[in-house]
Amino acid sequence: MGFEFVALSLPPLVIGTLAAMACALPGNFLLLRRQSLIGDAISHVVLPGIVVAFLVTGMITTTAMMVGAAGAALLAVILIEAIRRLGKVEPGAAMGVVFTAMFAGGVLLLEQSDTSGVHLDVEHALYGNLESLIWLDAVGWASLTDPIALAALPPELPRMGAALVLLSLLTWLFWRPLKLSTFDEGFARSLGLPTTVISLAIVTAAALAAVAAFDAVGSIIVIAMFICPPAAARLMTNRLESQVAWSLLFAALSAIFGYVLAGYGPLWLGASASVSAAGMIATVSGLILALAALFAPHRQA
Amino acid sequence: MTPVELAAENGEIVSENLDGAPLALRGVTVSYGADPVVFSVDMTIAAGSMTAIIGPNGAGKSTLLKAALGIVSPLAGRVTCWGKPLESQRKRIAYVPQRASIDWDFPTQVRDVVMMGLHHELGLLSRIHGHHHAKVTECLTRVGMQDFADRQIGQLSGGQQQRVFLARALAQGADLYLLDEPFAGVDAATEAAIISVLKELRDAGKTVVAVHHDLSTVEEYFDRVFLINRRRMGEGPVAEAFTQDALHATYGGRLGDGLVARAG
Repeated sequence: MGFEFVALSLPPLVIGTLAAMACALPGNFLLLRRQSLIGDAISHVVLPGIVVAFLVTGMITTTAMMVGAAGAALLAVILIEAIRRLGKVEPGAAMGVVFTAMFAGGVLLLEQSDTSGVHLDVEHALYGNLESLIWLDAVGWASLTDPIALAALPPELPRMGAALVLLSLLTWLFWRPLKLSTFDEGFARSLGLPTTVISLAIVTAAALAAVAAFDAVGSIIVIAMFICPPAAARLMTNRLESQVAWSLLFAALSAIFGYVLAGYGPLWLGASASVSAAGMIATVSGLILALAALFAPHRQA
Repeated sequence: MTPVELAAENGEIVSENLDGAPLALRGVTVSYGADPVVFSVDMTIAAGSMTAIIGPNGAGKSTLLKAALGIVSPLAGRVTCWGKPLESQRKRIAYVPQRASIDWDFPTQVRDVVMMGLHHELGLLSRIHGHHHAKVTECLTRVGMQDFADRQIGQLSGGQQQRVFLARALAQGADLYLLDEPFAGVDAATEAAIISVLKELRDAGKTVVAVHHDLSTVEEYFDRVFLINRRRMGEGPVAEAFTQDALHATYGGRLGDGLVARAG
């Protein structure tokens, strides 16, 4: 049990949990700014950006993916503005059209390009490859203290960990301006706070989380984690500090229970195969939101 | 009146630099689209005065206030505070935005909102000490909201929310207070509480400017008025500038006839 769990289940569990928490953190601010749709848009737009970055560099590196995703996000913003102005379409519709079209374009690009050497195909784009992020060098719990074995951990794990640590540090450091400008932008500007920079930084933080999480867990989890844990957390408390804490807890619970249920749930029910971990994690986060909507203490708006 | 005020009365562009004025706008023009919302407005707020900015709906009252605070960037014109650039004087300026501009469902408590008024003092990371909490409680007490410190802001009535915003402005400890429609949609008790706090501020030598929509209380509440309808329509002490002619010019039609009859 020890060996099997540490080598096969622990890495995807930890990666899934880190990814869920990294997305939920900026998701809190997107939710309160009524910009959750931007999180959705980002996670779609990331795909063509990553594919183009891969086609240009021939590799999957975090830097190349970030640059590709940033380029795609910029293109998306320009397209949304152009459609909104030239077509006189309302912003939500313009956004919906652009990010769906760009995601579809990314899928076409993927199908037409040779990505057989890397984990980059349409299925991975949607639900990642969490189950295959195994730790071959592990021989048991003792491997957690063995530097040689640790060096062979799936690279997604340290990358996701670094992303979560960075986002947490930034949130802690800029907590007051973040809270102030999210609550009352006009007042924040009257204090001299750079509110435009802060808005941009929140969207960039969300993009960072999405890109870091993307190839490990896919866009389904990214979208779900931007929205479900913060929305459920909002119903648990009337304090922003506690809301963020609850959202991180819900994100972790979704990832852990989702992964375990996906692996063992079907067996318990008598079926033979397991189901997609990404799909199950997103479903659990949705269930948590549903339970919060029904029973949480601060439901009344 | 000073020569500058006389010139302003005549609608001339006042170019003199008023070093002492807590707030001076020169040729401020703001536009959100093709048409300017505020066009080449000069405004001079005298120290220790209490000024009402009045004008019809869509006249650019709120926009003028936001331009004065640098919340919107003017296309043209200049804003100075005590003769210096606005940016260098922000710590001396408090702002009460329109209540309707806020999402009151935001997860925060009354105490937290007032604490935001101490932002210049607290900065990014300095710890909140006992004297900060005491300051917050003192400001809440001045507006009669001390018993609501731990309430979620969405649970308050409109008038109570407005008082919390005023308490936050008080916490800023400023010399110039800019308020956007502080009496909009509040109960009579709140209106009385707010005006008494504002008069206390004025009596303590502070300067108060409020966008105001109720012409019937201008004479009772304020000592100066600034009339605007996209352009500057008049400015001066209530007794001189709040006239029937000025209101006709600003609002058009016969609005304000009865009100100004009292003023004579």
